[in-house]
Amino acid sequence: MPYEPGPDVIEVMRHPAKGPAMSTLRVFGETLRGMKTTLARVAEGPLTIQYPEEKTPVYPRFRGRHKLHKFEDTGLEKCVGCSLCAAACPSDCIRVVAAENTPDNRVSAGERYAAVYEINLSRCIFCGYCEVACPFDAITMGHDYELSDYTRSDLIFTKEMLLAEPLERTPLRTEGE
Amino acid sequence: MSFPIAAVTYFEPWWIQIIKALIIFLIIFGVLPMLTVYERKLLGRFQHRYGPNRVGPFGLLQPMAEIVKFALKEPFRPTTSMGFLFRAAPALSILTAVGGLALIPWGPVTNIFGTNVGLYGIDVSVGPLYVFALGGISFYGILLGGWASGSKYSFLGGMRAAAQLISYEVSQGLALVGVLITAQTLSLVGIVNAQRGMWYFIPQVVGFLIFMVASFAETNRAPFDLVEADAELVGGYFTEYGGTGFVAYLFAEYVNMIVVSGIATTIFLGGWLLPFGIHPPTWVDPFVVLAKMMIFMTLFIWIRATLPRLRYDQLMSFGWKILLPLATLNLLVTAIIVVH
Repeated sequence: MPYEPGPDVIEVMRHPAKGPAMSTLRVFGETLRGMKTTLARVAEGPLTIQYPEEKTPVYPRFRGRHKLHKFEDTGLEKCVGCSLCAAACPSDCIRVVAAENTPDNRVSAGERYAAVYEINLSRCIFCGYCEVACPFDAITMGHDYELSDYTRSDLIFTKEMLLAEPLERTPLRTEGE
Repeated sequence: MSFPIAAVTYFEPWWIQIIKALIIFLIIFGVLPMLTVYERKLLGRFQHRYGPNRVGPFGLLQPMAEIVKFALKEPFRPTTSMGFLFRAAPALSILTAVGGLALIPWGPVTNIFGTNVGLYGIDVSVGPLYVFALGGISFYGILLGGWASGSKYSFLGGMRAAAQLISYEVSQGLALVGVLITAQTLSLVGIVNAQRGMWYFIPQVVGFLIFMVASFAETNRAPFDLVEADAELVGGYFTEYGGTGFVAYLFAEYVNMIVVSGIATTIFLGGWLLPFGIHPPTWVDPFVVLAKMMIFMTLFIWIRATLPRLRYDQLMSFGWKILLPLATLNLLVTAIIVVH
């Protein structure tokens, strides 16, 4: 049975054409073909995303800067200061210091709360293990990716910074994009 | 058939010649930075990009920013370089490039305020020879720059330039001779006037193609830019140049592009003439020439965006084994047709 290439198989000439005249002719034709290809690129228009003005949309599961969460009804923090995230962290960038909740100072829903919760983002590798380890979904990976700063100490995010909503929201990719 | 041959012996008073020189110089210097932006923006479009669009409106002030940047750079040179030649070589490149500008005819002899002024720098009776003479000197600029740098990359670039420019200048010249024996004049204004019936682009299409291919090699543009081959030779002959010396070479390359486009326009595309019997007033003529030159500029950029760089032995064998015989054949056929 003879081999029949499908419609998407392009025939490629593997050897130079015979003689200088024929090869010159072929080079000329191929040049024109190449010029057609590049001109088609002009017609398609640029694909650049003008970064500081436009931002690349991220996927819903994109792992950006962390967020800490509160209960929406009571306003209490979800984090109970169990330090499981710090234990799971492979780059050892989370520091949690727990304290007891008292009746007149109630911060979280559990017995204890995180008095100090710091993530050193200059060490973080954005693996998302903290999110997986957390039993109360108190910490999740957000969508922010603009995390540059002038000093290293500015990249140590405190609990207040992680609880606050990001100032500029990162665009999210819509379904099917 | 007799064509009105330009008055080669006519020369304007000296002050008009100085004014003309200044005007051509200033206009080209105005066009040149725009050309660099045009190239980069168009090259961007060919690659799904925008190109420079940050400095000024639409990125049009990009060359200004770059000139300032280059001018403020520290001028230094390798300890192995030869001081005087290292500085003189870019100047030589610019000098020969700018010299070619004088020859591009922008229009016929016109009466401006009662004085007959030719809309060209100078109409010498040996037009193309003048261009090739300058082209022959211009490669000294590159060769000396490469050699005087005292660096191996520069030296290799300079050597390549010497071999490439010499081998392609032969084909370029032979491609023009076909036109010259048809027009029976060497004056560029005369050649334009001889194209009133039909642009030489049509009867001399083979010569035109040879000339264009050789021009790409002459101006060291892609796909014949092995002289500067950034991937293998860093920058070729200008590897050791920075700041103003680098700008000088870049500048010379663009002026060379303008000159080659101008010569191709004059010789093959009928200069300031328009097809279908359209006769615009004389002040339009320079713009017609400029528009035709822009076609060639766009072609230069388009080819640069399309073709990869040739291998050096391919370049040489193409020049000597294909282009030169083809140019000779074209000349022979033309000569036989003209004589009969």
